[in-house]
Amino acid sequence: MMRLMETKITHFFRSVYYLYYDGFINMRVGKTLWLLIIIKLFVMFAILKWLFFPDVLQERFDNDTQRSQYILQQLTQETSSHGTH
Amino acid sequence: MEHTDLLVDWSRAQFALTALYHWLFVPLTLGLTFIVAIMETIYVKTGDIKWKTTTKYWMGLLAINFAIGLATGIIMEFEFGTNWSNYSWIVGDIFGAPLAIEGLMAFFMESTFFAVMFFGWEKVSKRMHLTSTWLVAIGSNLSALWILIANGWMQHPVGMHFNPDTARNEMQNFAEVVFNPNGVSKFLHTVSSGYVLASLFVLGISAWYMLKKRDIAFARRSAIVASSFGLIASLYLVTTGDESAHQVALTQPMKLAAMEGLYDGEKRAGIIAFGVLDSAKKIGDDLDPFIASVEIPGALSFLGYHDLNAFVPGIDDLINGNEKHGIMSIPEKMQMGKIAVASLGAYKNFKKAKDSKHAAEALKVFEAHQKYMGYGYLKKPEDAVPSVALSFYSFHTMVGLGSWFIVLFIISLYYTMTHEMHNKRWLQYLALFSIPFGYVAQEAGWITAEAGRQPWAIQDLLPVGMATSNVATTSVMITFWLFAVLFTGLLIAEVKIMLTQIKSGPEGH
Repeated sequence: MMRLMETKITHFFRSVYYLYYDGFINMRVGKTLWLLIIIKLFVMFAILKWLFFPDVLQERFDNDTQRSQYILQQLTQETSSHGTH
Repeated sequence: MEHTDLLVDWSRAQFALTALYHWLFVPLTLGLTFIVAIMETIYVKTGDIKWKTTTKYWMGLLAINFAIGLATGIIMEFEFGTNWSNYSWIVGDIFGAPLAIEGLMAFFMESTFFAVMFFGWEKVSKRMHLTSTWLVAIGSNLSALWILIANGWMQHPVGMHFNPDTARNEMQNFAEVVFNPNGVSKFLHTVSSGYVLASLFVLGISAWYMLKKRDIAFARRSAIVASSFGLIASLYLVTTGDESAHQVALTQPMKLAAMEGLYDGEKRAGIIAFGVLDSAKKIGDDLDPFIASVEIPGALSFLGYHDLNAFVPGIDDLINGNEKHGIMSIPEKMQMGKIAVASLGAYKNFKKAKDSKHAAEALKVFEAHQKYMGYGYLKKPEDAVPSVALSFYSFHTMVGLGSWFIVLFIISLYYTMTHEMHNKRWLQYLALFSIPFGYVAQEAGWITAEAGRQPWAIQDLLPVGMATSNVATTSVMITFWLFAVLFTGLLIAEVKIMLTQIKSGPEGH
């Protein structure tokens, strides 16, 4: 019984492996598309995100309490500039 | 800190650019997945191999669109953290939860069944393959559900509680957020517009084959599915559009007034079927808003409130208030908003001073005025009015083109069913040239929804000026142009690869 289960599981994973393997090997336009996807993800994550898109609150403050205080300060300071404090 | 208008404008422009480009890819995927699922169902039901060829051909174009559009939405996530950090913090888990579900659902459902759909033709049974195709269609549409629920919440915030200690909105009622009528109508209207775009895409390319007098049987098969699905989706789009407008009337009356260029509210308000706005028109003056217009009487009252005699408030009513119809003026709301902001500040200071009695009093005042908080940041009442020209023209472009698509699908369905479409060159040209108009309608719809709700990042609670981060404007300007180049490159790649595939035809696929 256990042996039969093991065989079935092995067969399932082998089928899944070959589904992807054969699929990728036999791709035509797909190869160009994958190349485009890889270039795009590299530009987005390795260049744009890294160089230009820091998480501002994560970078400037150490913990959530400081972040909350900063945002509260932002939300309430505006009033003083309009003279309603 | 006070954000400069320039920084806010560039942050908005960058978000608009990325969202508009992202939205070039998404609706085609939403609709084309269903079209290929329908085609494959016909193949499985009839066993006719020609339908398999047809399905595989359109699946190829779907793959191109999916691959090029993949992850273009992630850019917006970058922007939330960098340019809109105040907003990201304040929305808290309201935005986080639906986006996390969307990410997981998109990853597991789409990527698993996408592989079976593309690679599994000879590997799994017909029924298993068909199930996978339908699951890809349903999965990709459900991904859109979560992001539109988040967007719907921004347009009509419900089911949350603002925590004055953390400055975050906390979800109190998940069901209220998920079944927010604004989010539900937005989702249905958006996905059905994707079905219409995909139908136009399939119909237009089929028409191109007919114009070239090649693969006629394939083109006719595709055109029948596209016309029938497109017609059903277009008619459904009218009903979802009606519900969307109804929700806008109930929760965002200023947006509705701007969409229709309505300054003076009235009963039996009409819809402008065609109109040219007078740029000299100012809020509160007596000038006619239109240089020329054709109006359908009572239609706006009916659209907005499902009652021909309903009063629709105009921009002037919403600015100055209208006692008779129970509308509070913007200056009054601004006053209430300033009290909310000031009492939040007082609460913060009393808490810091460990004066719990006064802190509790300040909190009570804040909670009583909280729903007008966003108005406290406006400098003048006119700031509560979105660009009327942008809202009006984008809304009317969307509606006008949507009406044309219904006519086109009726005509094309008739001529494909009577086997005459391949002889009607005028119809083939109309179908082909309607593809770009499908995209124009999509983008116009986004502009109507997003430009029309200005100045709000979160309706009535947070204006865009308060939602932006304190970052260098130059940095936002640089990334704006970087994105413009990147996305334009992707768009050119998509069009080039698509054209090559289309030219090679179903047999060479």
